[in-house]
Amino acid sequence: MAFILKDEDKNFVLEELKRYESKYSAIIPSLFRIQKKEGWISAEAVSVLSEVMGLPEAHINEVLQFYTMFNKEPVGKLHVQVCTNVSCAMNGGRELAKKICQKYQVKEGAVSQDGMITVTRVECLGACDKAPMMQVNDKYWEDLTQESAIQILEDLKQKVVG
Amino acid sequence: MSKAIESKLLTEYYDDPHYMSFEGYTKRKGYEVLKKAFKMKPEEIVAEVKASGLRGRGGAGFPTGVKWGFLPKNDKKRFLLCNADEGEPGTFKDRMMMEKAPHQLIEGMIISAYAVNAHKSYIYIRGEYTDCLRIVKEAIDEAYAKGLLGKNILGSGFDHDMDVYSGAGAYICGEETGMISSLEGLKGQPKLKPPFPAIQGYLKFPTIVNNVETLAAVIPIIEKGADFYKSLGTEKSTGTKLFSVSGDVVQPGNYEVELGTPLMDLIELCGGLKPGRSLKAVIPGGSSAPVLTADECVDATMDYENLSAKGSMLGSGAVIVIDDSHSMVDLLTVIMHFYHHESCGQCTPCREGTGWLEKLVKGILKGSGRVEDLDLILRVANNMKGRTICALSDAAALPALSFVEKFRLEFEQHIRTQSPVRERETTSHA
Repeated sequence: MAFILKDEDKNFVLEELKRYESKYSAIIPSLFRIQKKEGWISAEAVSVLSEVMGLPEAHINEVLQFYTMFNKEPVGKLHVQVCTNVSCAMNGGRELAKKICQKYQVKEGAVSQDGMITVTRVECLGACDKAPMMQVNDKYWEDLTQESAIQILEDLKQKVVG
Repeated sequence: MSKAIESKLLTEYYDDPHYMSFEGYTKRKGYEVLKKAFKMKPEEIVAEVKASGLRGRGGAGFPTGVKWGFLPKNDKKRFLLCNADEGEPGTFKDRMMMEKAPHQLIEGMIISAYAVNAHKSYIYIRGEYTDCLRIVKEAIDEAYAKGLLGKNILGSGFDHDMDVYSGAGAYICGEETGMISSLEGLKGQPKLKPPFPAIQGYLKFPTIVNNVETLAAVIPIIEKGADFYKSLGTEKSTGTKLFSVSGDVVQPGNYEVELGTPLMDLIELCGGLKPGRSLKAVIPGGSSAPVLTADECVDATMDYENLSAKGSMLGSGAVIVIDDSHSMVDLLTVIMHFYHHESCGQCTPCREGTGWLEKLVKGILKGSGRVEDLDLILRVANNMKGRTICALSDAAALPALSFVEKFRLEFEQHIRTQSPVRERETTSHA
């Protein structure tokens, strides 16, 4: 399916282009906007963005590739990011990531068969006093146990399914 | 046993849930110090901050007033940039400050901007902190609505605009020139210094980059004076500091204490170690800071000089407490993976070195290491120090050196027994 930038998103990009001292500064916010709608950023999206922004595709790609928060491939409806840095590792973060992968039969970074879940290990998210923790899409979930994390994901799944 | 007393200079009202709102903040004397500041000359504020001895709270510990003094002495355009890209593993204080007291940051920034004559500022917040981004943006909008931002603030004749900018996931953007690159819409790669940002920063304009906690600390300094601020802390490490304590303590969290507080008192303040455990090591200033052994912790005090004399550093104030249930080989592997993942790839010693360090330590952990690898780790790490554009390379080398040098026996024993350390069973918080 071809990527189409909706009018409201195009207007957002045009506003961001005026917001900062440099047009280039609008790239990161614009990529975030697309990702929020699409879940990830495709080559087509970059191409359309390049045209709207009047900036080289190569440059947008360079920014896209550099930052880890941009999904360069589709992710599940629930993007589960488990912190496995020091304080979380000391409190079972790595085992938690494994457990979630097992439960949803998905390899790290891949999308589960039902399109629902992607699990990634991430670096410190600044919630070390409440380790282990995970970020699901935008939201932090802290002080987890394997059981509580699975319960949270089950509830979120229900919400997504509606 | 002595007990550290919290010294809540910045966090005094953090328990008040209304403090995050404009009304709640002004009820607690919020924006009053700004009025006082506007009655002072900008250079008087710079002088006061210089005299207070305040040092950058983000990690480098550079004297704030001195940094401000590097700006060119003219009226040309310059920027103030708040570093809220908190990413040093173990650090979670700036997140709390933004969530609990966004107006405190804004007030500190307006005072600082007035002092350095900057009419535009940005708060660069790490992208994962979506709550902070929303809360701070709403607070900025509120401040505009109340006439605290924009033209002729409170009739002072001073104009200032403020905006937030979201990072997108890159530890390196916490380095000030990397942050400037990122704000410019580029890859967040650091730039060679000099020129320092105060001379040539954001879009080549003079730019002051200060951490969230540093900017907030300007408020009590202007309110109560440099002499009062200096009366807290030690002679060279003045004032208070927020410490993010995590790992094996009963009550992890953020604690504001005077600089110079004994490390063991700080641990005591966090409820001490978990029952039945003994202290093995402490990383006193974020994962870049060289680790301290339990013996070194005994007389360690939380200030720049003491930790530096011990070959470590205060860094961002992230204290990771490690008890005897953890393997140092395992933890170093986690840390080395992090720096390898976050190297921006510009400089060869860092790009290659971080990869080698991870590979070597991981090999040891998995049981394929040799005793000679320990010396190889030291050699690689020593070759990474001081040879790159920014400090990330050193930040990777220092933990590698300190873990291997101070816990060599444990590494050797691990290699000899060749039995991979099993990842610890998950602790239940039930």
